[in-house]
Amino acid sequence: MSKSVDQIFVNAKQWLLSWLMPAPAWVVQIVSSLINIFALLAVFLTLFALMSVLERKILGRIQNRYGPNRVGPFGLLQPVADGIKMLIKEDIVPARADKLVHFLAPILIAAAAILALGVIPYGRNMTPFTIDGGILFFFAVGSTTELAVFMAGWGSNNKFSMLGAMRAIAQMISYELPLIITVLPVVMVVGALVPDRIVAAQAEYTLGVVPRWFVFTPWGATAFILFFVSGLVESNRTPFDVPEGESEIVAGHMTEYSGFKYATFFMAEYIGMFAITGLAATLFLGGWHSPLSVLEFIPSYVWFFAKLSALLLVYVWLRGTLPRTRIDQIMNFAWKFILPMSFTCVIAAAVWHYAGRGLRGWLWSFVVIAIVYTALSMLLDTQRKFAPRTYRFAE
Amino acid sequence: MSSAAFVLIAMVTLAAALAAATLQKLMHATLSFAVALVGVAAFFFLLGAEFVGLVLVFVYIGAVAVLIVFTILLTRRDVGKDRGANWGGALLAVAVFGGLAWAVFKTQSVAIGAPHIRALTVKRIGEALMTSYVWPLQCVGLLLTAALIGALVLVMEEKR
Repeated sequence: MSKSVDQIFVNAKQWLLSWLMPAPAWVVQIVSSLINIFALLAVFLTLFALMSVLERKILGRIQNRYGPNRVGPFGLLQPVADGIKMLIKEDIVPARADKLVHFLAPILIAAAAILALGVIPYGRNMTPFTIDGGILFFFAVGSTTELAVFMAGWGSNNKFSMLGAMRAIAQMISYELPLIITVLPVVMVVGALVPDRIVAAQAEYTLGVVPRWFVFTPWGATAFILFFVSGLVESNRTPFDVPEGESEIVAGHMTEYSGFKYATFFMAEYIGMFAITGLAATLFLGGWHSPLSVLEFIPSYVWFFAKLSALLLVYVWLRGTLPRTRIDQIMNFAWKFILPMSFTCVIAAAVWHYAGRGLRGWLWSFVVIAIVYTALSMLLDTQRKFAPRTYRFAE
Repeated sequence: MSSAAFVLIAMVTLAAALAAATLQKLMHATLSFAVALVGVAAFFFLLGAEFVGLVLVFVYIGAVAVLIVFTILLTRRDVGKDRGANWGGALLAVAVFGGLAWAVFKTQSVAIGAPHIRALTVKRIGEALMTSYVWPLQCVGLLLTAALIGALVLVMEEKR
């Protein structure tokens, strides 16, 4: 019974494809891909709509107010109203803008975000596209986002757009390095770049109770936190949302976009967020595996989306709690703390592997991380936390 | 189907490369250069060398194209000036084309579309890099680390 519920979507796809049996193989392949793409878009656009209203509700709860509650029951139809508003808004393109680049930027940014979703395993046998270097594909596609942001900033022919794009690119490039290096220990330990095999490596339970997720090892826990923080920066979320700022640079690279193009940017930001949290769940939280072996009767995709939602809740929680950081603080944090720590994760994972992957390895890798963490916090002079900023080119 | 894909990708790549060479605005040329690189990456995918294609996208679109774009932004703008035909550049292009054509026609040992070649998986590339090519790999790693540290030294705040 639970097996068939677990595989219900896979079986549904097989059933759909069985109607095409007489067709040649390449037609079946294309239709199969189209079904995957359609399912991905349907699920994640729904999730985007749901997330946009839930985020406002949760932020409202954190700030002791109601949040949207006018449209539909509990304000649940708010995204529909927002969508209609965005669709019927006038699309304004500045007269001096580079029309083609200005038009292509939101398309490219949304395409990059959606493509990254394609390699994440959502459940047992539910990876939309199995690529030999799936993890690398994720980051290769993600790296085109920078060019898209630049196109938006440059194509708008506006100072604020350009400066906002510069800020966005600066922080994205700085945090892409730790983001990739924190993935390295997982890839090293598993010995594969395929997301499915990374999930399979976390399937067992120690003593039948504790799942062998990488987040329960010292290097995994450190890498997970670093990956999560870098993911926050990559998706331009609070506390790292300096590319936008009403009092400084308006809406950054999105200043000159209105109507549905702006909505596309907004959607790409959220889809990118889903992709990065989905990858975090895959790499460190055991993907679609259940946390307890007795709970394995619950379908795998339910576990995946439960983990995804938990991580997204943390995103919203952080947004409601933390103040913004300055761009120089973000940069210093990246190069002076996050980058050395992520290199330490690689070393700690190697120590863990060569000390036998057991309790001894656990302790030794913990020691490595503790030493580097203590040394860094002493060297970086963290006592001088709230010193006033010194300006070099302004009074 | 694969030959149709080949022709399609080749047309897109060549058109983008031509645009990159001829477009007046430097920024448009850079963006079409990026499109041409995506086309080349698509060729690698078509040949089953996914890793090389992904690294090409990763390095050239994610890093080199952004670097070029920054370089254009931070340097002088003299778009309007027409400097006439660049004969040196044309000569160089012909020389490069001649050299590549010579190399292509000289190479006969590789059978095109040989079906028996094993798929170029990430695992095999990793094994090759860690065994027979470990010294070049270490040298490149040292060079890149030196470049990273050098960049950090360049932007370090001077002590007053």
